Amino acid sequence: MLKLDGATVRFRQRAALDAVDLEVADHETVCVLGPSGSGKSTLLRVVAGLQPLDSGRVSLGGADQAGVPVHKRGLGLMFQDHQLFPQRDVAGNVAFGLRMRGASRAEQAARVGELLDLVGLPGAERRAVAALSGGEQQRVALARALAPSPRLLMLDEPLGQLDRTLRERLVVELRSLFGRLGTTVLAVTHDQGEAFALADRVVVMRDGRIAQTGTPLEVWQRPASEFVARFLGFENVVPATVTGTVAATPWGKVPVPSGSPQGEARLLVRPGGVRLVPARDGLPCEVVSRTFRGNHVALRLRPGAGPLLEAECELTASPQPGDEVGVAFAAGGVVVLGEG
Amino acid sequence: MRSSKRLAAGALAAALGVTTLAACGGSDGKKASGGSGGKTVTLVSHDSFNASDPVLKAFTAETGYTVKVLKSGDAGAALNQEILTKGSPRGDVFFGVDNTLLSRALDNGIFTPYEAKGLDRVAADVQLDKDKHRVTPIDTGDICVNYDRKYFADKKLSPPRSFDDLIKPEYKDLLVTENVATSSPGLGFMLGSVATYGDDRWQDYWKKLKANGVKVVDGWEQAYNTDFSGSAGGKKAKGDRPLVVSYASSPPAEVIYADPKPAEAPTGVATGTCFRQTEFAGLLKGAKNEAGGKALLDFLISKKFQEDMPLQMFVDPVAKDAALPAEFTKYGAKITESTTVAPDKIAKNRDQWVKTWSSLVLK
Amino acid sequence: MHPGAARRGALRRAGARFGLLALPLVFFALFFAWPVAAIVGRGLKADGAWQFGRITEVLGDPDIGHVLWFTTWQALASTALTLVIALPGAYVFARLDFPGKQLLRAAVTVPFVLPTVVVGTAFLALLGRGGLLDQLWGVRLDTTVWAILLAHVFFNYAVVVRTVGGLWSQLDPRQEEAARVLGASRLAAWRKVTLPALGPAVAAAALMVFLFTFTSFGVVQILGGPTFSTLEVEIYRQTAELLDLPTAAVLTIVQFAAVGLILAVHARTVRRRESALKLVDPAQTARRPRGAGQRALLASVLAVVALLILLPIGVLVQRSLDTPDGYGFGYYRALQAAGDNGSFLVPPIEAIGNSLQYALAATAIALLVGGLAAAALARRGTGRLMRGFDALLMLPLGVSAVTVGFGFLITLDQPPLDLRTSWILVPLAQALVGTPFVVRIMLPVLRAVDGRLREAAAVLGASPLRAWREVDLPLVRRALLVAAGFAFAVSLGEFGATVFIARPDHPTLPVAVARLLGRAGDLNYGQAMALSTILMVVCAVSLLVLERIRTDRSGEF
Repeated sequence: MLKLDGATVRFRQRAALDAVDLEVADHETVCVLGPSGSGKSTLLRVVAGLQPLDSGRVSLGGADQAGVPVHKRGLGLMFQDHQLFPQRDVAGNVAFGLRMRGASRAEQAARVGELLDLVGLPGAERRAVAALSGGEQQRVALARALAPSPRLLMLDEPLGQLDRTLRERLVVELRSLFGRLGTTVLAVTHDQGEAFALADRVVVMRDGRIAQTGTPLEVWQRPASEFVARFLGFENVVPATVTGTVAATPWGKVPVPSGSPQGEARLLVRPGGVRLVPARDGLPCEVVSRTFRGNHVALRLRPGAGPLLEAECELTASPQPGDEVGVAFAAGGVVVLGEG
Repeated sequence: MRSSKRLAAGALAAALGVTTLAACGGSDGKKASGGSGGKTVTLVSHDSFNASDPVLKAFTAETGYTVKVLKSGDAGAALNQEILTKGSPRGDVFFGVDNTLLSRALDNGIFTPYEAKGLDRVAADVQLDKDKHRVTPIDTGDICVNYDRKYFADKKLSPPRSFDDLIKPEYKDLLVTENVATSSPGLGFMLGSVATYGDDRWQDYWKKLKANGVKVVDGWEQAYNTDFSGSAGGKKAKGDRPLVVSYASSPPAEVIYADPKPAEAPTGVATGTCFRQTEFAGLLKGAKNEAGGKALLDFLISKKFQEDMPLQMFVDPVAKDAALPAEFTKYGAKITESTTVAPDKIAKNRDQWVKTWSSLVLK
Repeated sequence: MHPGAARRGALRRAGARFGLLALPLVFFALFFAWPVAAIVGRGLKADGAWQFGRITEVLGDPDIGHVLWFTTWQALASTALTLVIALPGAYVFARLDFPGKQLLRAAVTVPFVLPTVVVGTAFLALLGRGGLLDQLWGVRLDTTVWAILLAHVFFNYAVVVRTVGGLWSQLDPRQEEAARVLGASRLAAWRKVTLPALGPAVAAAALMVFLFTFTSFGVVQILGGPTFSTLEVEIYRQTAELLDLPTAAVLTIVQFAAVGLILAVHARTVRRRESALKLVDPAQTARRPRGAGQRALLASVLAVVALLILLPIGVLVQRSLDTPDGYGFGYYRALQAAGDNGSFLVPPIEAIGNSLQYALAATAIALLVGGLAAAALARRGTGRLMRGFDALLMLPLGVSAVTVGFGFLITLDQPPLDLRTSWILVPLAQALVGTPFVVRIMLPVLRAVDGRLREAAAVLGASPLRAWREVDLPLVRRALLVAAGFAFAVSLGEFGATVFIARPDHPTLPVAVARLLGRAGDLNYGQAMALSTILMVVCAVSLLVLERIRTDRSGEF
């Protein structure tokens, strides 16, 4: 459906998009994940045609979009802060795209009703948008973007401003909605939870480039670089020298999966890969703090040498801050990271 | 890309629309000014020009030409516009050069000489270009001090008659006049003082007039309608000046434009304070309809037009055979001793006189 | 790879802007820049050589120096006084609801269309001999500079109330409320939140008032007397009376320089202030006055309006009814009977028709030219060149009507543009004065429209033009109508340019009034007053109709 080849956008000297290649297949939901300033919003604007490319190419359904103005691209875009038309009511907003396509009044009314049902706001047609809550505005914005049945729906921080419970519920709703409608979706967000819950495929961006692409599971399990690892919230990253299935690190020897790249590298030990053992059986550490995380406890440990370690353990087996524990590493929780 | 092109095209179309609209208006105007057909003759004049419809229709009946009148601004502005458009005039005949502006018009050579038919019926003393006939005299008017009859009757004071009277103590703080720099009657009154006292003594006269409390306002409208106690407007505005520099034709106007008509004009004219203005018309150089223009000039001094003129423009006819309307003779004053100054002398000194006057009177 | 893509994008944006600007540019080049340049050039070029020596010669004249000084300071003082008196009015008209508000808003705009000769007379009834102040306190202000300043307030009150109030009524009051919740006092909240948002509109209003008062002609002459002279008067005298084009040219250049300076100062103060604002429906922001403070404010604004605006207007109406037989409609009847006694009058119905036709044409031109210019200027990334054009659009307000009028004569004299005798020249000249209003009123509102709304519309399939119509237009409709009202009123009352343009004898109402006042006689004077009253009524009714359109349409969305 969507294909970007070497898409590049420069603002003055800085590249907001730097030779980005990306494909989104029909019916696929792709989530672009990255910190602010990574170029993910620019990516959406480029696809929409709101931001001209300095070089590269955007194709939709196989057709080069160079010279195709925004309004001829047949896309849906849900803006970060909704951008509902203040002077129109809910129905006026939802029907806007249909009107632009010359749909009859009856068609408009039918489709508006259908979509409001779909987003869970039945009968809201005549309400003023200013009188809607944040969640309701979100739903209206979604309905407005979906109404003309766009070939590609783009979402910019779709759930950004909503509170946590609402967000979690909406993510699930959206996912099942897109599945049902077969919509092709390109979303951008800075929230990994949102991205992983929503996407078939995640694209992590950094400084205008794609840092990693993969299914949520792949990305989560095997972050491609220290940047991706740290962006996903992992903190156990250290320099290492890999020889065979063992890496030399400031924490001592750490086993790595077979087939890992050899030589100097950065090493990620996911908290699940840090096992607590009796103090004398492993790397001796002091428990610095512990935080309850629902069904497990997150620990921060200070080893004799090297940076602090993050570990997880069962609620019942949790040591107290100040306790001395030993740490052993499981190769399954260790990732040798690539460059970048 | 396509949309912006369309936008640009739209804007361009709109631009063309306006220009076309404008151009249409332009061609209308040109057609009317008689470029080809020659059936229209265009008279350019100042804002005070007026002629009654039946009289203009009579001209059409006699000659076959329809008169189109273009007016713009006061006399000075209208003439200056003609000078600026010299060679490519907007019309065929210009009416409204008075003797204070005549030299400027002649020096700039905007007129084609033409001796109008019937000029022999026009008084010789107003034919200021009788050798070359570049301009034809059409009307005269006198700028004179007017007085409020009621005021002088109530005070049992006889109204002033002459320039000299105006500086007498009994008329202290009674006169309002106009700024010489911006008002035609104001200028005329000053020229009257120059004619009366000569180049050396007119400044002294104004010093005395100032000492005697003359009030100067900017224009005739304000002087007459606000400060003068004898006019309708002045009465409403509680005007407190019973003497005003105005026209000899103002008293008849006060009667003609009153309902019900009074037996006597509420105002009178100080007959010894007058300055004579003569207005001329001429055939414009480059006129598209020269034949029509000549016919129009003939018509302007015809008995019919000359007799229509007084009630239209409140001026006196120059044709000796033209009878004044009854209102003029009954309510107006006969001015026998009007002053005047030669046009070339006015042209030469006007700026300096105005400057001198301003520093004497306004500062 | 498309190496040309970037340039193409930039070109496209430049092209769109140029498309919008093409008409305004052609309009200003043809009907302003060229005529003015030509007349100044004619003045400075004698016998084929440039006479720049004239500049120092004229500027060295102490009289000219005095005139320039007086012109400038009276304009500054008038502007300051107008702002002080009219800003509370702008607030009251924007934010408070009270009976008769629409009628009163139309009424305060009426002075704008009145011929200065008529206004001068009426104002004397307030400030002059036997006037209200004289009767109450024995104070006479005529022939003082105070009369000039107050009359300028009278004329320009509506400029501030309409330009500032128009935006004010659309500002979201919740922002001010938010500041107050955060602990700001009422005044502090206003200063920190509302004032910065209003800044551009206030500056625009101040600029227009300054330009109007800087080129003030009739008011200064009638109320100040002949001792006060402005640059405008000097230029008029030199051009129309003395035909001293070199001196007039130098004075015009001086006028340009002064106006240019003010425009530069204005541009500098406003540049960074205009920003996207949250605009709301004006109907939601106005409410009944609450508390003693608001009621007192309302009362004082109404008192000022009554004293400064309604009273002089009332005097005119009273005089139009005050016939020799007592109060009645005699003068109005005389208007109908005009022509019977061979009098020179135009039938008043015809004058009303002429005025309306010219005003409609001028309004249409001003809206088209000004609207396109404002749309182009409101686009993001406005460079220095564009700001220069923005300033250029304001220049006609600061240039003498006689300069433009005489410039027309020597430029628009060749086919296909021989417009010297065409009726279209009148609305074109009037539109020159109306366009700056349209631009100044539209621009802050257009800039306040969030560009992403337009993007949202575009993504949903709206072409740029359609997006403008669907998104901008509904939001700026109010501003557009305010602008149209102004352009209409300006044109309805325009006198200076109208009289200088030779036209077939279709006098407008102000011209007819001036003709009547130029004649002696009770009936002429009375009819002038009656016709002035009709002019005021025509203006007020037109503005009320415009306001009505607004209220009807706002329910549509």
